[in-house]
Formats: sequence, structure tokens, C-alpha cells
Amino acid sequence: MNHQRRNTLKAASGASLYGALLTIGLLKPGQVSAQTLAEAFKAQGIPATLKALGAADAATSADITIISPDIAENGAVVPVGIRSAIPKTESMALLVEKNPSALAGAYDILEGAEAEVSMRIKMGQSSDVIAVVKADGKFYMARKEIKVTLGGCGG
Amino acid sequence: MADPMKIRAVSRNNVADVRVLMAHEMETGQRKDSSGNLVPAWYINEVTASLNGKPVMKAHWGPAISKNPYLQFKIKDAKKGDKVSITWVDNKGEKRTDEVTVG
Repeated sequence: MNHQRRNTLKAASGASLYGALLTIGLLKPGQVSAQTLAEAFKAQGIPATLKALGAADAATSADITIISPDIAENGAVVPVGIRSAIPKTESMALLVEKNPSALAGAYDILEGAEAEVSMRIKMGQSSDVIAVVKADGKFYMARKEIKVTLGGCGG
Repeated sequence: MADPMKIRAVSRNNVADVRVLMAHEMETGQRKDSSGNLVPAWYINEVTASLNGKPVMKAHWGPAISKNPYLQFKIKDAKKGDKVSITWVDNKGEKRTDEVTVG
């Protein structure tokens, strides 16, 4: 762990630092940096998470499909898939609005993979899920409500 | 050492459908045990998939991914006999790699 870098990160906001690093060419666009992701996983609520991902201006797109049941019986295991028909999809992320931290998973779609992933997630309660897709440097999103009969974060 | 992953990779029309089942607790860090102590977070935070050694997909996960995670994705231009390997790393630094042949 590079402490100097961590401190710099704390001083600057994650999003603007990412922008700065992009400008000076330290980061390859397309791959989400570890620092950006660390911030995004800590963020609470959709607006803060989108901002941490640099996707605050994401436009709603009909080319993103969220594949999931409308009603999930068990919140501990909710199958969710994201499919993007947007050309040059670079990365995809899944956010759950009412989870303690919204970001569930982010995927770098490198050359050779199709823009389609499925996973199983935990949901504390019925909530909107949001798929964020980065394609050709721009952000797009789609939203779907999933009702949960039994929450998945109890203990 | 963590239990092996179950991986299936089936190629149809040159696109391989890959399904992976990993064995991991995926503890959120928000749950309390029977004596009321918080159970520390323990989850897979990175999964890398490669085709014949070349990375094609990378997943970054938080604790909201379900216990014993399931992951499905598709690889272009993957033929029967190609090798798909999956590596996961958790937040304690433990890792595991498994490989299958595309069928």
C-alpha cells in the first residue's frame, strides 16, 4: 500500500483525482482504477456512487438490459445480469439503491469478452437496481425495480 | 486453501458461455455473531478471467455479492480446446486459480 498515494487520495476527491490522473496519462481509460473503485465501494446512495465512478452525468439508455426476476424471494441470492448493446462497452457496474453501500460489482470488459455478465447479489430490501455502462468514454445507465420478499442482510 | 471453483465453459458459434461457481463466505462485515460481535468483512474483491492466458474480463466485487458467488459471462472467438482460467483474490489476500478446457 502506497501511503503517499492514499493521503493524496484523501486530500482530493476521488472523482477529480481520477480526472487529473487521466489528463496526465497515468491511467488507461476504459479500466476503472483501483482507487476510484475503492471510493465507489465506500460511497452510500446512488448519486454519491455514480459520482465516485465518474458517472454522475450518465444518460439513460434503452440499449442496456437488466436481466432479473421482478420479485426475488430470497434477498441473500438475487440473480441479476447486465447486457449492453452499446458499441465499445468498456466496463459495466451494478448498483443497488437501498443497500448499505450501493455498488455491488463492477466489470472491466476487455477485448475478447462480450458485454454481458450475470451474478448473484444480496439485497437488504426491495430496491431499484441500476446498471451503469461505460462505452467509448461515455456513461449510460438503466434502472429496474426488484421486489424482495425476504431481506438478505439479516443475521 | 479454498475449495476449487466449479467452472463450465461451452462454446457455441465461437462464443464461449462461461459459468463459474466459487466457494467463499462473502461475509459483509455488517453481520453480528450470536454473542453480538461484528463478524469482520471477508469477501472476494477481484476476479480475473483469461482465455489462453490473455485476460478478457475483470470483476471488482464488494460484499454485496452473494455467498458462494456465481458468475456468468461470454468470451468471443473461443473454440473447443481453448483454456479458460479464473483467478479470484479476496480482501485478506487469499487467492485461487482454476482452469478448464472449453467444451
